[in-house]
Amino acid sequence: MSTRMKMYGKHRFPGRLFIVEGIDGSGKSTQLSLLHKWLESEGYVLSFSEWNSSPLVRDVTRRGKKKEMLTPMTFSLIHATDFADRTEHYIVPPLKAGAVVLADRYIYTAFARDVGRGVHPEWVRGLYGFAVKPTVAFYFRVPLDVAMKRILGGRDALNFYEAGMDMGLSDDIEESFRIFQGRIVEEYEKMVEEFGLVVIDATLSIEEQQSQMRQIVTEALTGTKKARIRKWLDLTSLAKGSRI
Amino acid sequence: MARFDFFGEGLPDINLDELKGKLIVLEGTDGVGRSTHTDLLKQWLENNGHAVLDTGMARSALAGKAIRQAKEGHTMGSITMSLFYATDFADRLENEMIPALRAGFIVLTDRYIFSLMARAMVRGADPEWIKDVYGFALRPDTVFYLRVNVDDLVTRVIQTTGFDYWEAGMDLHLGEDMYDSFLEYQQRLLKEFDSMAETYGFAVIDASRSIEEVFDDLKSRVSGLLGPGPDPASGKVTK
Repeated sequence: MSTRMKMYGKHRFPGRLFIVEGIDGSGKSTQLSLLHKWLESEGYVLSFSEWNSSPLVRDVTRRGKKKEMLTPMTFSLIHATDFADRTEHYIVPPLKAGAVVLADRYIYTAFARDVGRGVHPEWVRGLYGFAVKPTVAFYFRVPLDVAMKRILGGRDALNFYEAGMDMGLSDDIEESFRIFQGRIVEEYEKMVEEFGLVVIDATLSIEEQQSQMRQIVTEALTGTKKARIRKWLDLTSLAKGSRI
Repeated sequence: MARFDFFGEGLPDINLDELKGKLIVLEGTDGVGRSTHTDLLKQWLENNGHAVLDTGMARSALAGKAIRQAKEGHTMGSITMSLFYATDFADRLENEMIPALRAGFIVLTDRYIFSLMARAMVRGADPEWIKDVYGFALRPDTVFYLRVNVDDLVTRVIQTTGFDYWEAGMDLHLGEDMYDSFLEYQQRLLKEFDSMAETYGFAVIDASRSIEEVFDDLKSRVSGLLGPGPDPASGKVTK
């Protein structure tokens, strides 16, 4: 028999869940990957989950976006489905096993984007009611102009939905992007207090941001188990060491 | 005043005043003859000059195929399954049902949110959670609940499709084999349906009768709902 569904804030797991949030170009993924490498070197058992990556769901999302089939409602629901699959397969089991789970974007991304698209704020919060509350949720705060510069310098084309082109905010994709991302920033700012997001100033140097993160994570890791298995590097050197 | 309303927080950007058609739902557990009666009603309504859109689970352009594929794998968790179906439902609601209602069609749907809610609840979903998720659904004009008891259901299933992994609730590990599991799973579904029948005021149809009897019952109830339509004999519209 399946156990009754537990709601946000009610889960009790031995593991820890750290997540990063922020608009594109805030540098959150860079920071998370630095944190990942460090935790790995410290010997923690790690699991990583990325937004929109469920093998069961992501093709639907990709196709829906490519063919511009998504409405604000189906956009919201398909991302929630993806998130549910990752929660059931890649977030809850490792947390039960006492691992450290890292997630690049979490439910707050959905709240910011979907509400930015006109979906009801209470409805979308309820939709994700099954989500595990993170141990720490980092929010990388960055002025829109700085983020825009980082993004527009870095890649060729803006994505239709990412730029909020589905809402007809502007015919110009860059302008639409600016308006939509502005709405998303507004939503994030509202959530800082609502969900206790830990704000990192994303205009600081990469090193400074990482050191702040590590300090907060260290405090939250007390009592978390480390791996007993050797790293593969050790095994490689073992294999090299002996001759037949 | 608009004919329709939403169960909860509705869809953004929908003007309910524009929806003129009728939304008729056939609900019930697996194997009660819902699809048979949906087909029969559709033909009968069309013969009587009504435009009909029929729809059913996992038929959306967006998610239908992916749901069927995911079900082959048996790796889908219960929350994921609920939300995948909710996505499929939303896609059909926004892109099929609402446009059809706007155009004055009769929308005939084989299952609605109630089957999905029942399935989610027997799999441990928080009842308030799943109810709120489907808050964006339109309240139908009527819900026909085709009801048979589990014993009749078993007989029908054996004679037709045979036991199916999901219809037997095998993901819930309820019994030693498919038969035991099917009995327990369908009994639990039935309990949820019976309880929703009261909450939502379903029209309960005794589906243990013959197809003809059930269909006659449905026809007379649908006639009552529709009032006079185009006269098929004269080709003129009766007032």
